[in-house]
Amino acid sequence: MNLNPALRYRLAVASRALAAIGGGYALSAVAAALLALVLPMQPAEAVITATLLSFIVFCCAVLWVFAARTAWRAWGGIVAPGVVLGAGLLIVTMMQRSAS
Amino acid sequence: MREGFRQSMAWLHTWSGLLVCWVLFLVFCAGTASYFREEITLWMKPELHASHSAPITNAQAAQTALTALQSKAPDASRWFITLPAERSTALRIGWISPPPKDAPPKTRGKFTSQIIDPLTGEKMPDVRETRGGEFLYRLHFDLHYMPPLWARWIVGFCAMFMLVAIVSGVITHKRIFKDFFTFRPKKGQRSWLDAHNATAVLALPYHLMITYTGLVTLMFMYMPWGIQTAYKGNQESFFADVFPSAKNGKPAGKPMPLTPLQPLLAQAEQRWHGIPAVGITINHPGDANATIQIRRQEEKGLNYIQPSVQFNGVTGALVSADNEDIGGANATRGVLYGLHIGHFANPLLRVLFFLCGLSGCAMVATGALLWAVKTRQGYAKKLAAGGRVGFGLRLVEALNIGAIAGLPIAFAAYFWANRLLPVAMPKRPDAEISWFFIAWGVAAVLAQIRPDRRMWQWQLWAGALLFMGIPVLNVFTTSSHLGVTLFMAQGPWSVAGFDLTVLALGIALALAAWHLGRKKKAPKKAGKQHPQETSEAGLQEAA
Repeated sequence: MNLNPALRYRLAVASRALAAIGGGYALSAVAAALLALVLPMQPAEAVITATLLSFIVFCCAVLWVFAARTAWRAWGGIVAPGVVLGAGLLIVTMMQRSAS
Repeated sequence: MREGFRQSMAWLHTWSGLLVCWVLFLVFCAGTASYFREEITLWMKPELHASHSAPITNAQAAQTALTALQSKAPDASRWFITLPAERSTALRIGWISPPPKDAPPKTRGKFTSQIIDPLTGEKMPDVRETRGGEFLYRLHFDLHYMPPLWARWIVGFCAMFMLVAIVSGVITHKRIFKDFFTFRPKKGQRSWLDAHNATAVLALPYHLMITYTGLVTLMFMYMPWGIQTAYKGNQESFFADVFPSAKNGKPAGKPMPLTPLQPLLAQAEQRWHGIPAVGITINHPGDANATIQIRRQEEKGLNYIQPSVQFNGVTGALVSADNEDIGGANATRGVLYGLHIGHFANPLLRVLFFLCGLSGCAMVATGALLWAVKTRQGYAKKLAAGGRVGFGLRLVEALNIGAIAGLPIAFAAYFWANRLLPVAMPKRPDAEISWFFIAWGVAAVLAQIRPDRRMWQWQLWAGALLFMGIPVLNVFTTSSHLGVTLFMAQGPWSVAGFDLTVLALGIALALAAWHLGRKKKAPKKAGKQHPQETSEAGLQEAA
């Protein structure tokens, strides 16, 4: 791409900020949603544990986004675990639905 | 973002900290003051200072409150009684009156609350209306002039930035232990870095704890997704599992006399091995479906969740005992929450929390100043050639003055307003709060117009004089000034403590302002850096 370096830098920062704030929140939300279902505890306890942990997931996700060498890797580190957890969530909800 | 892990984290630390630092400074200052919420409220109601030490048993107080409620609000749908306790010695009653008959459905009843004399049940005469410490407490997460929901999202957003800033700050730090003992004064940027490191590292566990637990207090709002899946989005059934509390059924519409309160109170306190009750809620008093909930005082434990018992309001039979056996995760949440609000702390520990909070204010302030000093150095050549600093730096410098020097003025204005406004003024609490924001607004606008060293000096002096003036103002406006509370040793001690604290804060601000003026006279080259350096000295002392 023929962008000037300053603009390119700004776009890279904007992209990472989006990955960190939006992506990080989405990832921690999916993690909380899945953990609340699969943790072997009473439902209320599982929800609380999952929610408590989700902020730590969020924080780690943000650190990852800004530590990654390229913006692609930064996004990859958010999307890949997000997809895995999301698939897990889908399977668990479907299993629960068929069980009930 | 940068070459190398540590450099990336330094970049992240800088920007995640800078972007939200002014909101964080407000949250930290108001939150730190909230450790003494009850004491501030008491200080702001000087009419209650004299009645402070009248001892009365819980049973007597409850009976007085009940009699008062029966005569004042016989038709109310709910009665509330807050019994005198260690830190809040007033007896308070409240009630929700039923909405008028012609009101649209779902209209909520109006809530009324009064402080009453524990002996006669009469409303305390001429106690000035004020939000007291409650305003500062709400300010630290509900902000003001906006719906609380927005404010909580904004504060949560900033808190998450803060969490990221703390963790990345720790990673950035190569020599965290050594820096703790390093301070190189009068070296411009270096000194700022040292001051920032010292205030941050000194109370690091506290900063980390307070930020994370702050998120935890509102976590079900920020992160409702676990409830969404595990409870299929049914928040009510989740909260019923987590917070079992008075089941507020419907009134039967059949009048029935209320069971006597005292035996229930005795039964509850016996159940809690003598730990007294703190609050009583009576649903549908005088109805066949009346219930009575009694809540326990906070024990000296970390968990903020306290047991409560519920009785049938007609027969007096025990309906349920709640929060006596809490699950592990919920207890963990309760402890984290409890750590944030610090109700368990005895006076000494509370002071320590307050000091840690002040060091948090100093950490945020020094961080903001460090950025400005560092960036200004980047402009050194341009400035020497007669150029101007960029828009970003000017904005940050002005915001720094408006927040760091301006906020103390706002706090002081709030306390001054409490003493100066007419006691019987209508809408008095709102007027006090207006003083807070008008004072702050003026300081912030002036800072934007003229963000220079002079402005730092003026605003620091203004804050210093206002704070130091509070104990003096007390002499003229109350009969519970330091001369009485301290020198004649009549107490209340919390009122004396408030006066001494604002005096100390005022002196710290004055030292900062004085230091600033002295620096200016000294012939030094790197002029513009010093205002910030000195104001930090004041903050350090305050911490």
